[in-house]
Amino acid sequence: MAGTEVLMAGFGGQGMLLSGKLLAYAAMNEGMEVSWLPSYGPEMRGGTANVTVCISDKPVGSPYISRPMALLVMNQPSLEKFGPRVKPGGLIVVNSSLVPIEADRDDCTVIYIAANDLAKEAGTARAANLVMLGAYLGWSGVVDKKTAVKMIEKEFAKKAKFIPANKAAFEIGFAEGFKAKGGKR
Amino acid sequence: MAKVLMKGNEAIGEAAIRAGCIHFFGYPITPQSEVPEYLARRLPEVGGQYVQAESEVAASNMIYGAAGVGMRVLTTSSSPGISLMAEGISYIAASELPVVLVNIMRAGPGLGGILPAQGDYFQATRGTGHGDFQLLVLAPASVQEAVNLVILAFELAEKYLNPVMVIGDGMIGQMMEPVEFPVEGVGPPLDPGDWALTGCEGRERRIVNSLFLDPEACNRHNLKLKAKYERMAENEQRWELYNCDEPYDLLVTAFGMMSRICKTAIDDLKAEGTNVGLFRPISLNPFPYEPCRRVIDRAQRILDVEMSMGQMIYDIQLAAQGRLEIDFHGTAGGVVPSPDEVADKIRESLARIGRSPARKPGKRSAKAAAAQKSKSKRSKKTATAQKPGKRGGKKPQNAGKRSAARQSSARRHGRRSGR
Repeated sequence: MAGTEVLMAGFGGQGMLLSGKLLAYAAMNEGMEVSWLPSYGPEMRGGTANVTVCISDKPVGSPYISRPMALLVMNQPSLEKFGPRVKPGGLIVVNSSLVPIEADRDDCTVIYIAANDLAKEAGTARAANLVMLGAYLGWSGVVDKKTAVKMIEKEFAKKAKFIPANKAAFEIGFAEGFKAKGGKR
Repeated sequence: MAKVLMKGNEAIGEAAIRAGCIHFFGYPITPQSEVPEYLARRLPEVGGQYVQAESEVAASNMIYGAAGVGMRVLTTSSSPGISLMAEGISYIAASELPVVLVNIMRAGPGLGGILPAQGDYFQATRGTGHGDFQLLVLAPASVQEAVNLVILAFELAEKYLNPVMVIGDGMIGQMMEPVEFPVEGVGPPLDPGDWALTGCEGRERRIVNSLFLDPEACNRHNLKLKAKYERMAENEQRWELYNCDEPYDLLVTAFGMMSRICKTAIDDLKAEGTNVGLFRPISLNPFPYEPCRRVIDRAQRILDVEMSMGQMIYDIQLAAQGRLEIDFHGTAGGVVPSPDEVADKIRESLARIGRSPARKPGKRSAKAAAAQKSKSKRSKKTATAQKPGKRGGKKPQNAGKRSAARQSSARRHGRRSGR
């Protein structure tokens, strides 16, 4: 893999910036070059938030990407805004628990994941962001599953009681993504 | 040492500690607030002092005082905050004290906005404050380089007894990238040399001063400073060349994060078979004129790209000395040009010198082809020597609102592309 870019978008507080951070951490731990560029508008919790993660085997050029390879969306405005920008042949993961519309792209793979419902099954609806990250990695295999799980354990080390539910949410998402890929990569 | 993933602002704070700076005075302002936030937590851990001043004006006078007594000291701010510090910075430069300033630029003018911009180039390199003084200005293009340049900034500040500014845009402050700190722990304290006020018992007293009422003495002082700036210009030019090994017709000039966006555009074009060079000054002052001229001499045209309405372009003009036409593309207000947008501007510039740029499918390629056709009849020589006046009275879209001076400078620059 030469490199890829992922745009993760949702409302502030939904945890997409954290999902991006976990992905960047995992890729860095696998020896890749990474950048994590958040939107930092004057929004508060509930406003829109997004982050672009670039992963490459060379130093990352522009961390600001207009056409990402993959898009993970947690709300409708983000899908409407960023959906058309995904590169042809790319991936769009839509949280269908919260996004009532479909992605208007027939040149991309679109996966619909009921991330909030699946996260609730895993133990907490708040881990929907990890279901989304899991689905992305299950489909793309950008980083190893084990590395990502290790990053989740590290990130929640100070709040250990949240680790099981977050790990479970990630695993469920991963399985969904892997299934969408046809069970092989 | 293992790499860690850090936000630019936090990495800047940690770099200062590694350089041995454990004193910080400042005031929060987006998009640099994570520097004071980080240092407020970290400095007490390493036996240092964090002071949140009542304003940026106060912060600049606090670093003046701390540097005066021989402390290694840092302040950070963002555009409007640096303006407020301008008076203190002038005093510090006049008193020849080593301090490091960081400006994480936001959109302006005025209160502007909080998103990334590069509109403080003039302020940093020309007129930070009143009087004849210069800052040494370093512009990183990655979080790792920000760390390296902050550490270097302390070395240079102490070498020249001069304030050094590290300048980046909001992106570099807010983004996370892997960093490796070149040194462990807290660096050794500053050697107070023969200038710091450390108590004069048993030695002759020292004076930290910027007031010279005797005109001859003030003139002598300015001549001394001038000699120092000349030494800095001789020794401290830093720059990066990208993709300049192979022949190129167009040279792109950009600094800071903008240069990374240009690099991606250049890589994309290279994949299509078009080679474009890039010149990036790392020291904005002293500007590397001669190294810039050397790569200009191998080009047919220049495209300067900035997140401003055109500031560094004046230094590119000085380096080019009228040899080449310079195209400009700039955005402001926090609008960041995308790699695709820069690639389109590169295609337009190449078309103007009759070079066949790599085609991009879609409507843009038709436009570029048309532009190319209209220019292809001109010889290379006439294209480069083309007078702006021959543009058929085609004015920039917003020309009406510009002052006459701005308009004439816009013409000197060649076409200025608005967004």
